[in-house]
Formats: sequence, structure tokens, C-alpha cells
Amino acid sequence: MDLFSLLNMMPGVAAQGLIWSIMAIGVYITYKVLDVADLTVDGTMCTGGAVFIMLTLSGCNVWVAMLGAFLSGMLAGLATGLLHTACGIPAILAGILTQLSLYSVNLRIMGQANRPISVDQYDLLVSARNVREMGLDNPIVVSLIFAAVTIVVLYWYFGTEQGCALRATGANPNMARAQGINTSFTKVLGLMLSNGLVALSAALLAQYQGFADVNSGRGAIVIGLAAVIIGEVLFSKIFRNFALKLVAVVIGSILYYLVYQVVIWLGLRSDDMKLITALIVALFLSIPYWKKRYFGKKARKGAGASC
Amino acid sequence: MLELKHVYKTFNPGTVNEKQALVDLNLSLQEGDFVTVIGGNGAGKSTMLNIISGAYPVDTGTITIGGVDVTKLPEHKRAKFIGRVFQDPMMGTAATMQIEENLALASRRGKRRGLKVGITNSEREQYKEMLKVLGLGLEERLTTKVGLLSGGQRQALTLLMATLQRPKLLLLDEHTAALDPKTAAKVLAATEEIVNRDHLTTLMITHNMRDAIAHGNRLVMLYEGRVVLDISGEEKKRLTVENLLEQFNRVSGSQEADDKLLLS
Repeated sequence: MDLFSLLNMMPGVAAQGLIWSIMAIGVYITYKVLDVADLTVDGTMCTGGAVFIMLTLSGCNVWVAMLGAFLSGMLAGLATGLLHTACGIPAILAGILTQLSLYSVNLRIMGQANRPISVDQYDLLVSARNVREMGLDNPIVVSLIFAAVTIVVLYWYFGTEQGCALRATGANPNMARAQGINTSFTKVLGLMLSNGLVALSAALLAQYQGFADVNSGRGAIVIGLAAVIIGEVLFSKIFRNFALKLVAVVIGSILYYLVYQVVIWLGLRSDDMKLITALIVALFLSIPYWKKRYFGKKARKGAGASC
Repeated sequence: MLELKHVYKTFNPGTVNEKQALVDLNLSLQEGDFVTVIGGNGAGKSTMLNIISGAYPVDTGTITIGGVDVTKLPEHKRAKFIGRVFQDPMMGTAATMQIEENLALASRRGKRRGLKVGITNSEREQYKEMLKVLGLGLEERLTTKVGLLSGGQRQALTLLMATLQRPKLLLLDEHTAALDPKTAAKVLAATEEIVNRDHLTTLMITHNMRDAIAHGNRLVMLYEGRVVLDISGEEKKRLTVENLLEQFNRVSGSQEADDKLLLS
């Protein structure tokens, strides 16, 4: 439990945090922009990796495999979106249904519960092995570029007519429809975009770890939420611009992995992390409610005294 | 311009909560008509606006706007023809978006939304000019989040958004009811100005009989889901509140509406 071993973990923290941050940005789109809690991502976080590995193993170029992973995520988002809008199923339940079905789909894609891929045989974009290398091979550099490009593209997209329509759908669906926006369409679009990004993150993670596992997406939504919430709590006062808010999500994701490593360094098992993550998210989600409740009481008392 | 023919709407049919909101409703508006709508609670005023805008489907009957049968069109497609301002100031704007973003969304009503930039600089100048007309100082606050505005400011902004793309039909659902009297008068004055300037065909629901008489060229009263009074032209100009109440009581055969309509 010496400090050096903790410091030694830092490059890994940065790399994993940056890879997961792309997933967290996907969660931000549904949770913050569209105002929908989308549980599909627990399934998509495996699908993206599974599709990437199977495509690469079958001889595809890594970039083609990355594109395939992105598209598979979009398909998962489409399924949830259609269950929600065309079938009238509440968004949370629609996400759970897709997530559950993806478990079977992921096993079908991989043919077995776990698929390894070796960085020696394939020209992968990132690998944990290079985390201490200097240069463009370093997964920190590659995933940082991915996160930056994602933020730039999303910043542009949410400034377009279509992106504005998507934001309006989340902000006030009644108003959006009154202004001629097909809110069913924009919701499906948002879910597809979000899950596409999650799958892209999953593809990077599979390369980094050197395998895809049918259980690797379990609890992903909570990790994504943790990153979003940590970023918001720390930076909401200073970061008002949309791009900066996404930067806050990225920092939140890295901080989450820092906490993760510290907890392991302190001697807890990584299995305990799901409990700790859930507690962190529950705590941060309750703070605004508590604030309102106690602040509200005080205000009422004050009003009574002044009468 | 607007034609409602034999429109029926029943909520919760076949249950103890069954409510016949609209019963064989017929209404026809000429181009440029400014019609005020009055009626007691549950008379079907809001339901009428909601079936016109497509928020609810009708049970039977047809709705045509400018010659187009919109009965089967979903809400967002009808929005091409219709501008709306709601009773609740929260409902017509997106609180977490900026003033200029809200206006830009409204200026694209009925158009395809592609990957072009959401707001152009020339639009911003245009919005500034339009906001000046409202006289609320909003022209200096284009990038302010709408959630920070007062109810009156939000209603004035919603009114501007509803009329930014000239609508074939403007629907106002008690849009001043949630405001204090002074602000309500301001918003109403702005409404009058915009409607007259652009010659908009307008349906305005109000709880206030004086407003119903003072504004528009035609007054319609709903009772139990149908039109029971339809006054226009010279007759409308001569109308007084007492006179209107008397007519209402004659039609509905009761006195119960007196207090409700007068006091609110």
C-alpha cells in the first residue's frame, strides 16, 4: 500500500477514464439533453466491443471495425427508441428490454462469453501495454484525441437546426411539438447517437483490455451517471458553454477512475466498486433534493415570521 | 380559414369519469377573424383549442385549416399552420435554452430542420428588432436563458414565437390568466397590436368578459361542448357585460355562471 504503487497506476487511470468518458458523453446526451434515463447502455457497452473484435478477427481494418461498432450501438438505440416512441413503452422500461435482449445478442455475436484479441497480431488503436510509452501509440493520447473530436463534433451538431430541435425536445416536449418538431423522431435520433458513442467507447475499451466480455457492460449506466454528476457538481458554476460541460464530463470520468484506483489501492476488491459507485451516484443525486427540502422549510418559516 | 364540422370529443368513454367535452361542435372562421371565446369551467374551450392544434385527436368530425383537412395530421405537422400561446407561461418556451435559441426554433416552424447552423447572425439582428417592439428590454438579453424571465416576459416571448412565422391560425388559450393585471394588460395590448398588424386569424379564450368584449370582431360562447352564442359585427360592438350575462343565462337556462365569469 505504498504511494509509489498508486502513482504507478495513474497512466492507467487517465487512459481508462478517457475511454469511459466517451461513454459518459453518450449518457450525458440522453440523461441531460433528452431528459431520458437510458438503460440500453449496459448492453451497448458490450455490443460495441463484441462487434469490434469479431470484425477485426474476421480481417476487417480497425477503422472499419470501429465504424461497425458505432453502427451497432446506433441500432441498439434505434430499438430502444422505437420501443419507446412507436410502442408507447416508458423510456426506462424500453431501455431495460433492449439491454436484456442485447445479452443474448452479444453472446450470439461473440459465440462465447469472452473473446480475446492480441495487440501482437492485430493493428489495434489502443492497448494497455503501451500506457507508459511515449508517442502516438500511447492509449492516453489516442483516447484523448477521440474524446476531443467527439466534443468538437457534438458541439457543432447541437448548434445545428436538428441539434437545437433535439435539445428543445428534452427541454420542453410540448413547446417542441408546438414549434413543429417531431419529438418521436428527435428522441429516437438522440438515443441512436448516444448508444453509438457508447459502442465506440466499448470498442476502444475492448482494445485497451485486449478482450470483450459479455459482462463488461454491467452497471455501465451508473458509471456514466457518476462521471456526468461528478463533472456537474465540480464545474457547473464555471463551465456554462456546452463544449465545456462535455469537458466536465470527461474530467468527471477520469476522477471516477482515480477514486476507483484509490479504493483498490486501499485494499478493497474491485468487486466492491459497483456498490461504491452506486452509493456515490445515490448521494450526489440526493443532494439537490435535500437542499431544496431544507432550504424550502427555512424559507416558509421566514415568511411566517415576517407576517 | 378554420372549419370545425360536427366535432365530438369524449374523455374516458365508458367509465364513471366519462366527460363529453365537445358535442357536435361547429365553427367557421373567416380569414382575418379575431374571435374571443368565453364559457364556464368545463365548457370545452381548451378542449376545442387542443383538438384544433392536434394535442388530442377528435372522436368524429373534421377540422380544416385554410382548405386543408388536418383531422388526421399529428400535432407537429399541424404546427406548420398554427401558432399557439398557452395559459401556463412555462409551457410555451424552453426554459434551459436562450431567448435567441427559442426564437430560432420558432422561426423554423413547419420547415425541415437539417444540419445548417441553428441561428444565423442576420437572424439575431432581426430578433433584436422584434423584441424591441415588446418594450420589455429583452433585445439586450438575447443569450439569457428563458428560465430566468418573469411569467409576463415569457408569455410575451411565446406570443412573438407563435407569430414569428406568420401562422394561418393563432390560438391563445387564456394566455394572460396566470399574470398579474398590469402584466396581463401589457401582453394583451401586444397581442392586439400583432394580430392587427399581421391580420392574423385568431381564436382567443378568455375568462374575462370585459376582455372578450373589448377585443376581436366576433365573440363565441361555449356551453357544454357546443357554441351557444355567436355575436359579431355591430352587435358585438354594442355588447356590454350585463347584456352578455343575460344572454348567457337565457341560453344555458341557469344563473350559476354569473359569479364565476364576472369575478374571474
